[in-house]
Amino acid sequence: MTVQNTRIYLDYNATAPVLPGVASAVISALELKGNASSVHAEGRAKRSTIEKARDSVSRLTGSLSSSVTFTSGGTEANTTIVQGLLKSGFISSVLCSSVEHPSVLEHVSVDSRVAVSANGALDLHALEHAIKDHTDPFLFCLMLANNETGVIQPVKEAAAIVHDHGGLLFCDAVQGPGKIHLDFNSLGADFYSISAHKIGGPQGVGCVVSNSNIDLSPVLIGGGQERMRRSGTENVSGIAGFGAAADLVVQMDDFRPIANLRDKLEEALIQVRPDAVVFGQEVSRIPNTTNVAIPGLSSERQVIKLDLSGFSVSAGSACSSGKVSASHVLLAMGVPTELAGSAIRISIGAKTSCDDLRAFVDAWADL
Amino acid sequence: MNVIGTPDNTKQRIAVAMSGGVDSSVCAALLADQGFDVIGLTMQLYDHGAATSKSKACCAGQDIHDARRVADRVGIPHYVLDYEKRFEQDVIIPFADAYMRGETPVPCILCNQTVKFRDLINAAKDIGAGALATGHYIRRVESEDGVTLHRAVDHSKDQSYFLFATTPEQLSFLRFPLGDIPKSETRSLAEKFELDIADKQDSQDICFVPTGSYTDIVGKFSNQLKSAGHFLHVDGNDMGPHEGIEHYTVGQRRGLGLGGEKKPLYVIEIRPIDQAVIVGPKAELAKHEITVRDVNWLGSGNSIPAGGMRAMVRVRNTHEPVPGLVQAGSEPGQAKVSFDDPLFGVSPGQACVFYDGDQVLGGGWIVADGQGMRVPHNKRNEQAASASA
Repeated sequence: MTVQNTRIYLDYNATAPVLPGVASAVISALELKGNASSVHAEGRAKRSTIEKARDSVSRLTGSLSSSVTFTSGGTEANTTIVQGLLKSGFISSVLCSSVEHPSVLEHVSVDSRVAVSANGALDLHALEHAIKDHTDPFLFCLMLANNETGVIQPVKEAAAIVHDHGGLLFCDAVQGPGKIHLDFNSLGADFYSISAHKIGGPQGVGCVVSNSNIDLSPVLIGGGQERMRRSGTENVSGIAGFGAAADLVVQMDDFRPIANLRDKLEEALIQVRPDAVVFGQEVSRIPNTTNVAIPGLSSERQVIKLDLSGFSVSAGSACSSGKVSASHVLLAMGVPTELAGSAIRISIGAKTSCDDLRAFVDAWADL
Repeated sequence: MNVIGTPDNTKQRIAVAMSGGVDSSVCAALLADQGFDVIGLTMQLYDHGAATSKSKACCAGQDIHDARRVADRVGIPHYVLDYEKRFEQDVIIPFADAYMRGETPVPCILCNQTVKFRDLINAAKDIGAGALATGHYIRRVESEDGVTLHRAVDHSKDQSYFLFATTPEQLSFLRFPLGDIPKSETRSLAEKFELDIADKQDSQDICFVPTGSYTDIVGKFSNQLKSAGHFLHVDGNDMGPHEGIEHYTVGQRRGLGLGGEKKPLYVIEIRPIDQAVIVGPKAELAKHEITVRDVNWLGSGNSIPAGGMRAMVRVRNTHEPVPGLVQAGSEPGQAKVSFDDPLFGVSPGQACVFYDGDQVLGGGWIVADGQGMRVPHNKRNEQAASASA
């Protein structure tokens, strides 16, 4: 095992390192006195911080700032949308793709999860089949890009089908910003969710973006913050950091360099280990994500040995215990359990260099 | 203490099996303090939420959380290894099946034999460790004759009974830093290293039965369905139905629900063939000789010396060793153990461990004699009479 003096972080899809200026935006907001709900000058200053950030986030998503509701992160945003719609009575059932994040999947019964193709993208025929007999108003949840494979989902096509059948579409867009061009208007979903720490902002903050006239019944009730949509004193410093990150991400327009790095990485991986399997290569993926299996070598062993060699990657869905289980996403793609249990995810970002990946390939080849 | 046996501790990688308890935590802290490159490994053995019937509880119990906190305090990397499937296969199911065979199993030994000293040793080797240390109270002694296993200095904490099945090959890779110190010193070391778990209670029960109802586990994992039967007195009387053979162990007196006898009744034998629990007076428990299977030999030579050897033998963890004779058995891997004085409460499925003073010579698993076919009481007097004739 090669001993690495400096660590190489290849787990951007878990949490991206904070972008420049984010930490100082968080600290400045933290140092402001006051509560944004207060009438006085300090309260107004806090309020102003939140609203500026709201503008930044709405610019990132190409939506109206009034459509942005801040939450404690992606999971709360997803819950707010699914449970808020159920509570409001606008929908009576929820379906989703079988590769959604657990924070969506857990709301949906197993028989309402729609299959994906072997390449990891939603099977649109399966979607039609699943909703063709739905006479009641329903919600279909489809992520923009899968966190584990990077596969971009056919949100636009799915939205058209769902709307034709009188349903609503919610798109968990957590893995989108900073990785692909976003235009929430043309995508056609009714609701979106975003998380700050996936784009280089702080953890513990995210938002719902609504492209619909439907009001979600609030899940958190109380003081009526966020225009009655989400009670609880706002995480102002987190929101400020989210806004600062959004201001930088909105300027990103060329994602090819990262895609080139990723492609070189995958080429090198297959070259050093011809038995390795890269998932989702046949379809469009966000440019930073590689999911690769070494048959016969468990994910657990790979992640641990890479960590000890100074490389941070992840595998499957991390349980809070820290144990590594086979990815539900790969299993949903029909990957055999043993192979799924041999996969790791490498997710790169702006700070990843070609040398980092060369060193990674060497360490990975030694496993 | 130089654990791996070279002059320089630094940069030597050693894996520590961390359970989240005081002993293994101190073990990790001690080795890190001595400059080893310590890696903490915690085995996820069962779904804690499921075991405590809390479906929404985390699969990891408090112990994994504690192990992680200790590793963080000590400043070492820590990983959780998912052994749930293997543990079910190699420990829980055999545990359940043993009860249904009328035995009283010792799952901790099965666990040491399989997931801990087979899989965890492999994992430790895989991450480049030169040894695997555990917090067991047992001593490992290296000499010209090889590596030997000895009871802990603190006899009250000695865990040699649970480690008799450790093979010489496993022993060469294992280290037991706590074997030389009393438990009280472990606690003060935990305080010295400022470990949060310094006051944590020792675990008492079988880890995968946190609610204490092992019979639920037996019902859930055993293939055999029928366990209900009758209490039969050694003199032939049917004493009515019992709760199922998995509820009893040989030598048990309390909780039988058989009152009204002049002399207390004990479980003499559990007979799986007709699910009978044979009860009788204490004298019936007397055993002069037993057969053990799957013998692991750790004494000198490759096996029990021809002609047998005198040893101290122990048939339950809670019993003190007693003098006896250990001889090779009639079948391969078996041994015959005879006691100088009869022993009471010897249960099939328990381990029988052989000692020479403090040295562990090995041991095996106690086999039910006569394949569960007990000689009826009235016939036995005839046998005894003919034997003395």
